[in-house]
Amino acid sequence: MKSSVITFPGSNCDRDMDVALKKFGFNNKMVWHNDHELPNSDLVVLPGGFSYGDYLRCGSMASKSKIMQSVINFAKSGGLVMGICNGFQILVETGLVPGVLLRNKYLEFICKNVFVKLDNKNNKYFKNLNKDVLELHIAHNEGNYFCTKDQLKEIEDNNQIAVYYCNNLGQIEEKFNPNGSIKNIAGIFNKEKNVLGMMPHPERMIDQNLSGEDGSLFFKNLINNIK
Amino acid sequence: MKVSAIITLKKDVLDPQGKVIHQTLDGMGFKDVNEVRQGKYFEIDVKENDPKKAKEIVENMCSKLLANLVIENYKIIETQ
Repeated sequence: MKSSVITFPGSNCDRDMDVALKKFGFNNKMVWHNDHELPNSDLVVLPGGFSYGDYLRCGSMASKSKIMQSVINFAKSGGLVMGICNGFQILVETGLVPGVLLRNKYLEFICKNVFVKLDNKNNKYFKNLNKDVLELHIAHNEGNYFCTKDQLKEIEDNNQIAVYYCNNLGQIEEKFNPNGSIKNIAGIFNKEKNVLGMMPHPERMIDQNLSGEDGSLFFKNLINNIK
Repeated sequence: MKVSAIITLKKDVLDPQGKVIHQTLDGMGFKDVNEVRQGKYFEIDVKENDPKKAKEIVENMCSKLLANLVIENYKIIETQ
């Protein structure tokens, strides 16, 4: 299975993502933002970091990068595109997934482990995953998901909410919401469910000795679903 | 020709930075404040000299990059 990770100026989770994808069997290529063409890929990942120094709005400059037109075309033709953290911010700026990510409600950079509840397994990312609650890591300043009332209705009607912030038992309550996101939303899909944007980092949870294994479960399952 | 644009958050969008500025102003003794909303201001020098055309160019920039229309409004405030 082939994957591509896009590196923007200021990306800093691109190498971690490369390590994670390779560990679970992807033949991964790093792609520079200034390239025009994507290599042949089964999965494209927009990694975390601070692309373009978060200038203007997080992800706004990166969403206009040369490579992004190919990524958008790839997504529109049904290709799997996953944006993690800053990658999620880039995805919302391209319009591939609805909404925006605002500054965290309490104005602090949050760096900690959280639990997320999977809402929809009818997609390539979570299908056959034998867990409903994953422990993943977040590290962000702008992860406060917001959308208009009309957009929220559409997102809910189309089952586009991918993951919610919750506790270890999977209870979705405001007190488990780290950043003020509407409805505890931690990640969403596009309508067709081939594009996934989420704030938590699965690539930081691939080693029991360092953190946890829930990211490993996610990647193992993902490659099996793509095969 | 210089064109200025101002970007503001839409009414329903939470502005935590504006809130903190409000609280700080309050703490400093500025008690007459109802609300503070923080925005962005751009001064763009475009090569076009026709005011109408220059304004159109900057409006296009606002809708495509400078503002995110899900949460923000933009207004061209002056041309000179």
